[in-house]
Amino acid sequence: MVGLITMEDLSNEDVIEVLDAAERLLPVARGETYLPLLQGRILGNLFFEPSTRTRMSFETAMKRLGGDVVNLGDVSTSSVVKGETLFDTIQMVDGYSDVIALRHPRQGAARYAQDAARVPILNGGDGAGHHPTQTMLDLFTIRQAHGRLEGLDVVLAGDLRYGRTVHSLSHALVRFGCRVVLASPELLRMPSEIVDDLRASGGEVVETTDLYGSLAEVDVVYMTRIQKERFADEDEYAKVAGAYKLHARDLAEVRSNMIVMHPLPRVDEIHPSVDETRHAKYFEQAFNGVVTRMALLCRLLGVPVPGGEA
Amino acid sequence: MSDESSMRRVTAIRNGTVIDHIPAGGALRVLDLLGLRDGASVPVSLVMNVPSKKMGSKDIIKVEDRELTGDELARLALVAASASVAIIRAFSVAEKREITLGDEVVNVVRCTFSNCITQHPREPLPHRLRVVDRDEVHLRCHYCGRPQDLDELVKNVI
Ligand SMILES: [Zn+2]
Repeated sequence: MVGLITMEDLSNEDVIEVLDAAERLLPVARGETYLPLLQGRILGNLFFEPSTRTRMSFETAMKRLGGDVVNLGDVSTSSVVKGETLFDTIQMVDGYSDVIALRHPRQGAARYAQDAARVPILNGGDGAGHHPTQTMLDLFTIRQAHGRLEGLDVVLAGDLRYGRTVHSLSHALVRFGCRVVLASPELLRMPSEIVDDLRASGGEVVETTDLYGSLAEVDVVYMTRIQKERFADEDEYAKVAGAYKLHARDLAEVRSNMIVMHPLPRVDEIHPSVDETRHAKYFEQAFNGVVTRMALLCRLLGVPVPGGEA
Repeated sequence: MSDESSMRRVTAIRNGTVIDHIPAGGALRVLDLLGLRDGASVPVSLVMNVPSKKMGSKDIIKVEDRELTGDELARLALVAASASVAIIRAFSVAEKREITLGDEVVNVVRCTFSNCITQHPREPLPHRLRVVDRDEVHLRCHYCGRPQDLDELVKNVI
């Protein structure tokens, strides 16, 4: 069975197909219509580390389509603590479900699980590795706002060193011919091997420490959180993080259809004043996690979403 | 000194394998990779830092009464892709064998990344490293995707 482990598992055409299907499922995701495409199917939610948002999003997606969900339960009380291997856990859940959503603290866990399983695996994040369903919902949000993915100018801002969300997204954007501006403090720059990869695959990539100077000429600003723990002392953190915060007044000169995104939860990198502007898209972005996961579940289970060109 | 005479530094063997043209200083890594260092039941001789026209200097290993298998040759490719291998039968070269690195190295070494899923000692699936670049010997873990450092990797022989 073929699951979704990294974005490499989807061609650009596949990505567009999934986004189209997701768009058709919007009324179902909103609860306006009921479309039990996945009735009788069971999703196994295997979360080896807490991520309530991602888990709920998978669960809602499955239930909106009439399917059922079994959860591994609290990791601290489950067999994992007793030293069961991932292989054995997968063998068990594989027998209970038709598709598995996996989140695991160790990198490579999703590929490993796919090799061990008969049913498709949906990678919901493995260590510092991949989180393709996040990338798909980000792409959905961008396309929804701009009507296309090709040739956009996108700023990725904040912690680009440790944020796996921006690593995966930057690859996808370059595949669609976007120009990517990487705005981060010196200490939290995008790892050089990723920047090299992006350029080697033909991407136009600009690195800068100046977020505000990058805002005027772009279609998307993707903010991420800068964590205090990354810095030696509080003063240094305050100084650096202060330069990666957005306030409504920073958006006075931007393109009228420019959107501000954030994987959430935010702390103070986006001021509440931005929420009121037409640029704010981060709450819709979070909701879009449900509809893109609905489309991905249908795809992995081989169930066509009605309304496409057969 | 010619390569021919340097070969004679080590006693000729009746049957077995001669691994020549190992990059100087690489012989011990080769022994590690082939599991010939500890508890090997066959006699092994090695010569290190022999002058060589082709390589400046090189190491040579002779393994008695054992013909290296294709799988073992694949391991060799990890640390000594330039080496040449001769199978000896009745004191003469019976066969020369090519060293080729395949598309994947399976259950030879374990991934070096500390947070890889394969670090769990009881996980049963095979250790798999993909060969990304054969000439430069660039490998990535099939599971976590991390690039592997060769010096680290040879310490992770299974
Ligand atoms: Zn690995």
